[in-house]
Amino acid sequence: MPGTYIPSEYLPVLIFLMVSVTLGFALLLISSGILGLKRAYSEKFTPYESGVPPVGEPRYRFSVRFYIIAMLFVIFDIEAVYLYPWAIVFDKIGLYAFIEMVIFIVILLVGFIYVWKKEGFKWD
Amino acid sequence: MNLQFPDLTPVMPELFMTALALILLCTELLVKKKGILAALSILGVVVVAYTLIGSSGTTFGGMFVSDGYSTFFKVIFFVNAILSVLISIKYIAIERVNFGEYYSLILISTLGMMIMASAADLIVLYLGLELMALSTYVLAGFIRYDIKSNEAALKYFLLGAFSSAFLLYGISMIYGLTGTTDIKSIALYISEKGLTENPALSLSMILFAVAFGFKIAAVPFHMWAPDAYEGAPTSITAFMSVGPKAAGFAVLGRVFMIAFASIKLEWVAVFIPLSILSMAVGNIVAIAQTNIKRMLAYSSIAHAGYALLGIIAANNEGLASMMSYLMIYAFMNIGAFAVVIMLRSEDFKGDSISDYEGLSRAHPLLAALMLIFMFSLTGIPPTAGFMAKLYVFMSAINAGYTWLVVVAVVFAVISAYFYLRIIMYMYMREPKVEVSLSTSPSLGLALGVTTVAVLAIGVFPLYLVELARAAISGF
Amino acid sequence: MVPLNWYMLLSAVVFTIGVTGFLMRRNIIIMLMSIELMLNGVNINLVALSHYLQDMRGQILTFFVISVAAAEAAIGLAIIIALFRNKATAHVDEVQEMKG
Repeated sequence: MPGTYIPSEYLPVLIFLMVSVTLGFALLLISSGILGLKRAYSEKFTPYESGVPPVGEPRYRFSVRFYIIAMLFVIFDIEAVYLYPWAIVFDKIGLYAFIEMVIFIVILLVGFIYVWKKEGFKWD
Repeated sequence: MNLQFPDLTPVMPELFMTALALILLCTELLVKKKGILAALSILGVVVVAYTLIGSSGTTFGGMFVSDGYSTFFKVIFFVNAILSVLISIKYIAIERVNFGEYYSLILISTLGMMIMASAADLIVLYLGLELMALSTYVLAGFIRYDIKSNEAALKYFLLGAFSSAFLLYGISMIYGLTGTTDIKSIALYISEKGLTENPALSLSMILFAVAFGFKIAAVPFHMWAPDAYEGAPTSITAFMSVGPKAAGFAVLGRVFMIAFASIKLEWVAVFIPLSILSMAVGNIVAIAQTNIKRMLAYSSIAHAGYALLGIIAANNEGLASMMSYLMIYAFMNIGAFAVVIMLRSEDFKGDSISDYEGLSRAHPLLAALMLIFMFSLTGIPPTAGFMAKLYVFMSAINAGYTWLVVVAVVFAVISAYFYLRIIMYMYMREPKVEVSLSTSPSLGLALGVTTVAVLAIGVFPLYLVELARAAISGF
Repeated sequence: MVPLNWYMLLSAVVFTIGVTGFLMRRNIIIMLMSIELMLNGVNINLVALSHYLQDMRGQILTFFVISVAAAEAAIGLAIIIALFRNKATAHVDEVQEMKG
């Protein structure tokens, strides 16, 4: 069974892909690796060729706020996953599902109010 | 298609519990005195316990069942929640983490346990498990400024999440095999199609055993327990050494007795080594401990081994003895932790075993209470712990595992060494440090309730056992 | 149509990578990622089986797994932040306050 599942119509596409990848690499290697000039001077080693050299460490501590906002985002964002299937079949399943979704939103709202009152959304 | 409104009577306790937890969360924003929240949560749990009466039935298309079995376990969870709140009130103030979220998290965790005990479908089971586990992780790390508490939460979280992934893989295997997640339908499908020999069935059974081995802290899945129990706030150690363990046993009983009934011989063969190892490692390593919370953690591992004997017996009598064991364990373990909490004051940790030296001179009443709890944990009559062990051993003997009971008795004798060592320290050594107790009415109430329960069940055990048997009869 | 076996194999491979990563790596964030990988392995399995069996339960469970995984990640990160404030490390072996 395994192996027979690549349909034969896709074979030309595969060959085309392989040829283009090989050609691309070959051209790159020939043009820059063999034909190209290699002359090193200090300007070549700056991160931006005609920009201002960077000052200080690139790694610095982020405010812990970012993590808290990200965590809250993840939680409230994921809950939307339940709204989509509900919205799609809403006209078919009627009042019962509507009440359930209202309860669900109310529970989320309690969490939202809690975070709000705890100043979880304040930026500084 | 218009969905019918489901019958809500069986889920009334859970609905009330949810409402209670949410109300507490909102009240916390308005109320400055946290004692009110504790009182409200205890009152609320009592109301929820009242709604248990007449809540039997099946609802949500058979996904949720409320029967005698689940009701008995819910009573254990309520006892656990109420006693844990009682012992916390003063303690979390001493630890400077007197936040209101504490109580709602305890209630949400209890809600998760209730859902686990009532789950008749693996999806509901998973959701209950995660609800319980996620709130317990937070509770374990509740002392935010203490690195030990952070570490406890981290270890508990990492291994808990790891084990629930195993559970999910087991669920997906059994779903692929039988095409359903309903526990009763799984059993029906397996026996109809003759899938008993299927390796996927054995694999998913083993994955379930691993996942719940983690939850009940059975060896070799116990490595998180000592660190998590030592680092967590003491009141939460008491809470999570009883609640999640009992919930894990509730699920073990239901899933293995019903869904995996056809491969009973295989899972009994898996649980026998788990039980022996738990008793051996728990009891022997506990001897070497110098921290009392850590010692009680190993003791809790050993008690999981004893309670597993009821599962190994694999009949209604075994389950009933396991249920009464867990109920008794709730009282005696929380009682012992209440004593540990009493020793904790602002500038004194009081969790080292040497702090108990000569306790009987300064505080004879407290030493006497600790004596009762230690006797009970060892299993010395006339305390409840003896009755708990007796019934579990009886059920295992009746099921034909006499050799296993002999092994268990040997380890129970070994356990006497480290339990009685505390008593020896309290009564036969001279006090080294001046221990001042941090008493409070609620802590006194909790100690009173647990002592009376341990002694009363020890003297009149039949009432509890009959209750467990009646609860299991409709299983 | 890709046969079911392939999906189950993929799911098993992803799950095993997660288990191996969890056991081998000692960076807490990477351990957390390994757990997510395990859960996603299960999700592949559930969705494939659900399609194969023409039954919705598997997909319903997948929804729940996704949202629980999000909650788990949030709590895990919160615990790590609390730990990091007390001790600047994200390495499990350096978190060794208790022994015995």
